[in-house]
Amino acid sequence: MSNAPALLTSQASIRRTRIQLLALGRTHPAVTFATALVALLFLVALLAPLISPHDPIAVNADDSYLPPLSPSHLLGTDELGRDLFSRMLWGARVSLPVAFVAVAVGLFVGGLIGLVSGYAGGVIDLLLMRFIDALLAFPALILAIAIVAALGPGLRNAMIAIGIVAIPGYARLVRALVLQLKQMEFITRSLGATPMRLIVRHLIPNLLNPIIVQISLSAGFAILAEATLSFLGLGAQVPTPDWGQMINSGATFLENDPWLAIVPGAAISLTVYSFNLLGDSLRDALDPRLRS
Amino acid sequence: MTTYVLRRLALMVPVAFLVTIGVFMLIHLTPGDPALIILGEDRSPQAIAAIHQQLGLDQPLYVQYLIWLGHILHLDLGRSITTHQSVTTAITERLPATLELGAVALIWSLLVGIPLGTIAAVRRGSIADRLATGFTVGGVSIPNFFIGIVLIFALSVSLRLFPFGGYVPFIQDPFENLRHVVLPAIALGTAGAAINMRFTRSSMIEVLNNDYIRTARAKGASWRRVVFIHALKNALIPVVTIVGLQIGGIIEGAVVTETVFTWPGVGRLAVESILNRDYTVVQGIVLLAAFSYMFANLVVDVVYGWLDPRISFA
Repeated sequence: MSNAPALLTSQASIRRTRIQLLALGRTHPAVTFATALVALLFLVALLAPLISPHDPIAVNADDSYLPPLSPSHLLGTDELGRDLFSRMLWGARVSLPVAFVAVAVGLFVGGLIGLVSGYAGGVIDLLLMRFIDALLAFPALILAIAIVAALGPGLRNAMIAIGIVAIPGYARLVRALVLQLKQMEFITRSLGATPMRLIVRHLIPNLLNPIIVQISLSAGFAILAEATLSFLGLGAQVPTPDWGQMINSGATFLENDPWLAIVPGAAISLTVYSFNLLGDSLRDALDPRLRS
Repeated sequence: MTTYVLRRLALMVPVAFLVTIGVFMLIHLTPGDPALIILGEDRSPQAIAAIHQQLGLDQPLYVQYLIWLGHILHLDLGRSITTHQSVTTAITERLPATLELGAVALIWSLLVGIPLGTIAAVRRGSIADRLATGFTVGGVSIPNFFIGIVLIFALSVSLRLFPFGGYVPFIQDPFENLRHVVLPAIALGTAGAAINMRFTRSSMIEVLNNDYIRTARAKGASWRRVVFIHALKNALIPVVTIVGLQIGGIIEGAVVTETVFTWPGVGRLAVESILNRDYTVVQGIVLLAAFSYMFANLVVDVVYGWLDPRISFA
């Protein structure tokens, strides 16, 4: 009976979170704008096979080095006569899944480590956090490069590497939040509940807001890291239409055909910008200290 | 303070130990046998066995690790699989170029980031603030290799103002050295400038709302004096943290920038070694990057506490 007000507070806070997320679009134009950009990117990735005017890997030597706004080639063609606009659209189908998988790996593994570490405390916390500290001791890109170097170049290994790099961020964030929440009245009063119920019903719903922000920001990082690995020849391999790899091959023809590098570079920048903007605007909107 | 530093050093020991295990395992996770890379065409079982014995690969894994750790403690990172040069020598030969690039990039990031952050904070909500805030999101969203390529296209290929790559040692020709370092430093330092701007802005806004700033204004100090003498010094304390981490992460940024500008530093050595499957060199560079990052973290924590006495060392 004495738990009732505290539990009501907890439920109210969850409901408020949902309402807040829905209302954000109306109250924060930056969130709406960033969400629209991200949604557009996902739409492009989804519809690329339908909206691409050409096969992105079809070689046509007769049409090589066509400049942008050429008939039937909006953004021109590359050294092998492949349509740059189609390759750019298909590039979204490479970058976004990488971001999705990397974020999922980071969120699942890192979130679980953070949850267990913060909830259990003691020796478990100490051991798990030393492991996280060891991952954090490596600069993020160096760690990704080292993992890809060990596993071998390729898109799948790049996804794994970027996912591993994302783990410490989620682990640290979730642990800090769980430690904070553990001190709150509605959690301390719910201690009669089973650990699973406490975690699922009370802890996880209260972690959602900061995690949504972290997902947006780490998706931006994942796309940037994938492009970097592919640019270095460690991610997607030829002839996959990957933006990083396209910049790498386009850089060779900078003097006469700069668009070969500039178009995919702009695509990466816009994509990462959209995710960063979404993360930033969500953080501003959801953090009560920044709201004023 | 001394106790705090010692405690932080003690905490670093298990982490450093885990880092060495991680880096050591790199070479053992790698598909393929290093002996085959060394031998090339001559792949007789006897030759492979001889290489295994020479590299200690016939020993149990933990023995190999302990031997490797012993060598590391004597700053011996082994020999390159492809060139047979000492890895320590290969890295130290390339390090000055990377440090020079990192230093110039850091100066660029501070020269751009701090003034922009200060202006944005002082004129909060103005067009200048909005532009500067847009720069922060843009600066961290554009890949540094793309910034490099755009700079090469605009300033080297089109306007012919700067060389589009290469390196001239400072001792040989200081002017040419500076001409070569400008573009890679801008490419490397722009993301840092955006981050420094963001930290300076938010920290400055917080400081400008403090009572002592209001008091200084009430006593008749000019706005300029209040901003530059009273506020900026305190506003820069959090920036120290991020600048320290940028110093620790120089090798990370250099990997890509040095590849774009054919800059003969540690970063380019890392990429070349990965592509040549020269894993002892990769191992050495990853270890160096991790330890410099850990050391930078320690220095940042200590300097932060020294600058801001309110931070407790308890």
